[in-house]
Amino acid sequence: MIVNLLSGDKPRSAVLTALLVLIMICLAGAPFIFDGVRPLDTAARICIFILLVASYDLLLGYGGIVSFAHTMFFGLGAYGVALASTHMGRGFDALLVGSLSGALAAIVLALLIGLFSLRVRAIFFAMITLAVASAVAVLVSQFSGLTGGEDGLTYKIPRVLTSANRMGEFLGTRISGKILNYYLVFTCALILFLLLLRIVNSPFGRVLQAIRENDFRAEAIGYRVVWYRTMATCLSAATAALAGSLFAIWLRYVGPDTTLSFEIMLDILLMVVIGGMGTMYGAVIGATLFILAQTYLQNLMGGASEATAGLPLIPDLLDPDRWLMWLGILFILSVYFFPTGIVGRLREGRSA
Amino acid sequence: MSEPILTLNNLYTDIAQYHILQGVDLQVPRGQVTMLLGRNGVGKTTTLKTIMGQWTAKSGVILYNGQDMTQMPVSARARAGVGFVPEDMGIFRDLTVEENMILGCTSGPLDPKRKDWLLGAFPALGTFWHSEAGNLSGGQKQMLSIARAMAEERQLYLIDEPTKGLAPAIVSTMAQALRELKAQGASILLVEQNFSVAKALGDTAAVMDDGRVIWNGDMAELATNSDLQERLMGLSMEAH
Amino acid sequence: MTAAPDHKPTFAALSLSERLDKALPVLLVPLLVVLGFLAIGTPSSWMTLTVSGLAMGMMIFIMASGLTLVFGLMDVINFGHGAFVSVGAFVGVSVLIALGDWTGTASLLLNMSAVFLAVVAAMMVTGIMGWGFERIIVKPVYGAHLKQILVTVGGLIVVEQLIHVVWGPDEIYITRPETLKGAITFAGAAMEKYRLLAVAIGLVLFIAMRMVLRRTKIGLIVRAGVENGPMVEALGYRLRMVFIGVFVAGSALAGLGGVMWGLYQEVITAGMGEKMMVLVFIVAIIGGLGSVEGAFIGALLVGLMQNYVAFLEPKLALVSNIALMTAILMWRPQGMLPVVKAK
Repeated sequence: MIVNLLSGDKPRSAVLTALLVLIMICLAGAPFIFDGVRPLDTAARICIFILLVASYDLLLGYGGIVSFAHTMFFGLGAYGVALASTHMGRGFDALLVGSLSGALAAIVLALLIGLFSLRVRAIFFAMITLAVASAVAVLVSQFSGLTGGEDGLTYKIPRVLTSANRMGEFLGTRISGKILNYYLVFTCALILFLLLLRIVNSPFGRVLQAIRENDFRAEAIGYRVVWYRTMATCLSAATAALAGSLFAIWLRYVGPDTTLSFEIMLDILLMVVIGGMGTMYGAVIGATLFILAQTYLQNLMGGASEATAGLPLIPDLLDPDRWLMWLGILFILSVYFFPTGIVGRLREGRSA
Repeated sequence: MSEPILTLNNLYTDIAQYHILQGVDLQVPRGQVTMLLGRNGVGKTTTLKTIMGQWTAKSGVILYNGQDMTQMPVSARARAGVGFVPEDMGIFRDLTVEENMILGCTSGPLDPKRKDWLLGAFPALGTFWHSEAGNLSGGQKQMLSIARAMAEERQLYLIDEPTKGLAPAIVSTMAQALRELKAQGASILLVEQNFSVAKALGDTAAVMDDGRVIWNGDMAELATNSDLQERLMGLSMEAH
Repeated sequence: MTAAPDHKPTFAALSLSERLDKALPVLLVPLLVVLGFLAIGTPSSWMTLTVSGLAMGMMIFIMASGLTLVFGLMDVINFGHGAFVSVGAFVGVSVLIALGDWTGTASLLLNMSAVFLAVVAAMMVTGIMGWGFERIIVKPVYGAHLKQILVTVGGLIVVEQLIHVVWGPDEIYITRPETLKGAITFAGAAMEKYRLLAVAIGLVLFIAMRMVLRRTKIGLIVRAGVENGPMVEALGYRLRMVFIGVFVAGSALAGLGGVMWGLYQEVITAGMGEKMMVLVFIVAIIGGLGSVEGAFIGALLVGLMQNYVAFLEPKLALVSNIALMTAILMWRPQGMLPVVKAK
């Protein structure tokens, strides 16, 4: 039954399965396993970014399309919920309207970009998405009347999802609305992730991969490449927007830095490549690794940096703010030496 | 009889998953014009490109002047004295005729005497000397392509269908230039569909079929034997 | 030898519309300047903005020229190009700070010498960096566009972080040398001296690049290589050396652009190159990848557009350039002066 749930896409590696199960357990039981606010926040971020990176993998790994506009769609979903909550007042209807309109806006924008630029070479497409995403980020910062500008928006979500909603105790942990919020995020992310798995393992997904391998051939056989690619872009965009909506629901704050910046785009790229392109599970591994590193590795590096304080240059290299550099190096090494990412490596090891 | 300038031993070349050359054996005698004949698609262009290095042979040996050239990079082969006139002419459209010719000389400027000789052989190039090569007619582009290969003295010329689609008057200009090239001591390997040109120019002939050389001998022998022509190339070439 | 038959060469004279079509890209610049005047109204503001726009355009051109040539010749897209801009800026500014005495005095000679040394240092460092970048990061992924994009983005991240390692986490402020401070007023318009200098440098560089490309043999090889690399090799030229040379030159130019941009903004940050990349890409696209002339025209258009619109409606500045890019791509999908590649 689990295999069916996974749409037949088995991990195909004992180590990978073990890792996935571990991650699943930790995420599912996060409120109960870990103490404190930070781990729960980390777990929620991991759920959201797994979904976001998986949606990007659909485009990059399965479709072979490089796009720098992904954070824009993420932002659309986030701002959708934020604006709806601000103007409609707190409530589930605001969340729903916000999420749906965010997703819709993402699809429309994806359609426009897709139809315009998918006819041009991959290089052009990448650059154009970069330009458009930058423009949107700048617009959002500047129309502060509408969007809260650089400072962003804070808004209220339904009371039942906040920590003000005390619901007693369970398994030694105090249950509040925040835990409910977490499980909302977790469940939605899980469902959407499984949906993505279904898509990539469907005939649509297979055609997409064929196009990625050789678009001339696919067109010659009779598949309208532009349609498939546009479809993939729209699906990817919509899912990213929904991930953004979840982010907005969890954080109760959106701002250009947290949702639209190029830094986030780079982070997504790192996660998908290191995890493994074209595997979906790579998104799980990559996002988990990255966010854990972002949250906890910095402490490690901080300690190491202080310990080596006397030496030249080394403390600066180990400075916790430089964690991105090491990830960048890992990223470059991944592209060269394990282009199939961690998941690919694990799968290869099995057949040896 | 001196050593052949070029020897191909059992050459195999693949393009993507297609086996184009399947064991080509060929010898190009020094100072002579060798015709490479055969129907469309048998691998003549691929043979030239493999010799030049633009396709890498899967196996086999290319001997040039006694040297094993099989692994040499393209530009090294050119510098060793191999000139290449491709089927698509390969002229640089955005550059002027003069600039194209200058590029033909890797080891220095264009020798004035050589330039005069070439302009005498191909007067149209002189008329368009400062015009963009893209503005030339098809025949003039072809002439430029050959002239550029001849801008510097080379030992072996690989020429792919120079007369394709050209008016007869230009064809004879071309043939004359090639004759003069040979008189200077160069060796030529020529792919040519036009059999009368082949007959007029060729000293030796090699016929290809299915990625292999199936006949190699004197041009005179092939030219006078229409049964042989029909057997090798599927039809008598006399009509052309 | 028989004389070849005399083919009377005929050149059909280009019709007026064809000639106009060829000249149109160049005419766009004065067109935009005129439109700007109509939109802005006051001549003094318009003049100031035009100078700013041209100065900015020149600097973007310097940064974009390397990128577009590298792509045209090597079919390599370097998303890490912005890193060279940033490094150039930091190296140049460091030199200027070290030569603070020279920049502090009101001597044009000393000031210009300081700037000159800063530029030379920046270009040398970024040139060498470019050589290393090409060998280590770019060479292994020739021909694979997807990997190129990924790997060069990775390189961008690492280099930016290294800037932090060497120069610290903060931005660095830099004041322009004494004689380059302030503005000249002409017909009521204030034009900053530095910006005028930038325009001059940009023009000189463009002319120099054009001359190298058109009058020297190496320029010939580069232009031919952009059109048909394999044929250039078949003629006997080591194309790989040419690649490396162009990449190094492009990186050095990016470094120069970085120094100039740093002095323009009077502040430098590790991410400044990355921020410029959007405009640089837009310029390369609308100019036509591989064309230096196209990048020049595109850069001037973008610079002018950015400054005019920033004055008229600040929020729409970047969007206006996207609109410009869209309009040009709809008119000419390959850019204004694309290089027609042989198959």
